[in-house]
Amino acid sequence: MGSEILFFFEVVVGGLLAGTMYSLVALGFVLIYKASATFNFAQGAMVFFAVLSFVGFMELGLPFFLAFIVTIGLMVIVGLSTERLVIRPLMNQSEDTLLMATIGLGYVLEGLAQAAWGVEVRRLDLGIPDFPIMFIADAIGIFISALDLTAGAVAAFMVISLAVLFTQTKIGLGLRAVADDPGAASSIGIPLKHIMLLVWSAAGVVALVAGCLWGARAGVQFALVDLALKALPVLIIGGFSSIPGAIVGGLIIGSTEKVLEVYIGPFFGGAIEGWAPYVLAVFFLLKRPEGLFGEKIIRRV
Amino acid sequence: MSTAISTYSKSDYINFIVLMVLGFLVIPMTVNSDYWFTSILIPWLCLALATIGQQVIMGYTGQLALGAAGFMAAGAFACFNLILRVDGLPFFGALIISGLIAAAIGIVFGLPSLRIRGIYLMVATLASQFFIIWVIDKFGWFKNYDSSGIITAQDIVIFGRPYTTPVDMYLVILVVVTVMTILAINMARGSTGRNWMAVRDMDVAAESMGVSLLKTKLQAFAISSFFCGVAGALFAFTYLKSLEPVAFDIKLSFKILFMCILGGLGTINGAFIGAGFILLFPVLLNYLGNNVFHGAIDATIISAMEQVVFGVLMIVFMIYEPLGMARLWENTKQRLFKKKNK
Repeated sequence: MGSEILFFFEVVVGGLLAGTMYSLVALGFVLIYKASATFNFAQGAMVFFAVLSFVGFMELGLPFFLAFIVTIGLMVIVGLSTERLVIRPLMNQSEDTLLMATIGLGYVLEGLAQAAWGVEVRRLDLGIPDFPIMFIADAIGIFISALDLTAGAVAAFMVISLAVLFTQTKIGLGLRAVADDPGAASSIGIPLKHIMLLVWSAAGVVALVAGCLWGARAGVQFALVDLALKALPVLIIGGFSSIPGAIVGGLIIGSTEKVLEVYIGPFFGGAIEGWAPYVLAVFFLLKRPEGLFGEKIIRRV
Repeated sequence: MSTAISTYSKSDYINFIVLMVLGFLVIPMTVNSDYWFTSILIPWLCLALATIGQQVIMGYTGQLALGAAGFMAAGAFACFNLILRVDGLPFFGALIISGLIAAAIGIVFGLPSLRIRGIYLMVATLASQFFIIWVIDKFGWFKNYDSSGIITAQDIVIFGRPYTTPVDMYLVILVVVTVMTILAINMARGSTGRNWMAVRDMDVAAESMGVSLLKTKLQAFAISSFFCGVAGALFAFTYLKSLEPVAFDIKLSFKILFMCILGGLGTINGAFIGAGFILLFPVLLNYLGNNVFHGAIDATIISAMEQVVFGVLMIVFMIYEPLGMARLWENTKQRLFKKKNK
């Protein structure tokens, strides 16, 4: 194979794997949307909050796994208080009101994280090198970073477990019922509070995992919040209510933005990664507003 | 048929005259410190103007847009280039043309609003935010091929007289803000505003009543971006005194969104209240940090706490008073008034 074609594949594969990192952020979003029809704008802030706390606990001297478990506990507390203090008082309000409240929630989490742990950039070492894996490079001539590959594997694992949870378990059935009609679901005895708590905690754990992978790549810093904004175009392409959609959307965004950046970017001085996903999402919206896997939106007057 | 002016009550005129006397006479004569002008009054008026733009699109027309800073940047750089490249163009002329350029860009980026709404539209407007900043940053022409990245804004010259002292610049801004606020109030009260609100409250119903969604939404986007563009030009020329794309990043857009929502959606005075609050609260916190705690609290913690407070307020207002501080103020006024009558 010619080296140019190999290079193209390398760019695409790198983009696909980087895209799974967006997918991980988008997953937390989908989880909450599926169970409560809330656009959780704070998901990006939750990623930042989770990984900053995780690194902070490690700096306090906790070993890796203990810090991980403590952070999960912290994210459950965040989920619990969010459900109690933000979501429950706003039950039955319009989508836009809830969205704005979650923007506020994002500000609170960002502020609290910085007040507690400071603003300096931290390194996070997961023990997975961000270098090409040599035996793959030798075998087929494509450079793939071990971290990217891990991110892909983690994303695949999370999607499969969440898909099983949603479709195969009683809890999943409850989640879907609540999303469909909270009133009807609670009237047949589905514990609404527990469901919400579960979903927000799960979103917190997903945020922590996404944050760890992002932090290992780009350093634990405030810029993570902006990176997490890219989960929005991913969601639009994949559909807000679809777990596989989050993954496919991430793959599309990741590969397209890398290919555009490498092949078209140099003509315009680069950095088109910053806006290309959003413009791609806009074109997608005009063609298919509900996303690839989303349910068709029907509005009644 | 009565004209728009005859629908104002006597108290509206009194309020207007009091505000004008206060703004044009009392403040310039009594406030002596430049700090008040350069750090509080000037940015307050500029950001309030941008917030009116955000009100038009979000508060009145109900379109969730998050790109005010992008249009401010467009206005600022348009004004810089107009003054630089067009000889003899007066400042106010440049300001109006910059606003029109921002409005044209606003129409283009408003097009998706015809098909999508809510968070979908928010993502579409985020595209405008990132795209505009990128274009200005990457194409040297906009920055007059300046490599340092920070360009000094030209002095404001009107009829041959330079307006460079803080008080002068304040007066220039006050004139612009006054004229545009009156315009905004009239638009909001007239048929234009009624169409906006009809679209906001129920777009399908509005359409079946004969309100053209295409015209109303694009008009709202154009007017909103016009306000943001003019505000951005003033902001760069008087407050920043320099032009750099990073000053108009997504954080500024969020700030303006907060000003709009906390101030009170769908109100013009809310824009001024919200902008004042978001601007003054950090000043107050810093003052407390320096004078009450004597620097015992780290500056980063203070700015983080400021974020927490804004976020908490956002949630609290959404739960208890979705109409913001403007409504809170109305309610307080009403209560005081009632007590007097008893």
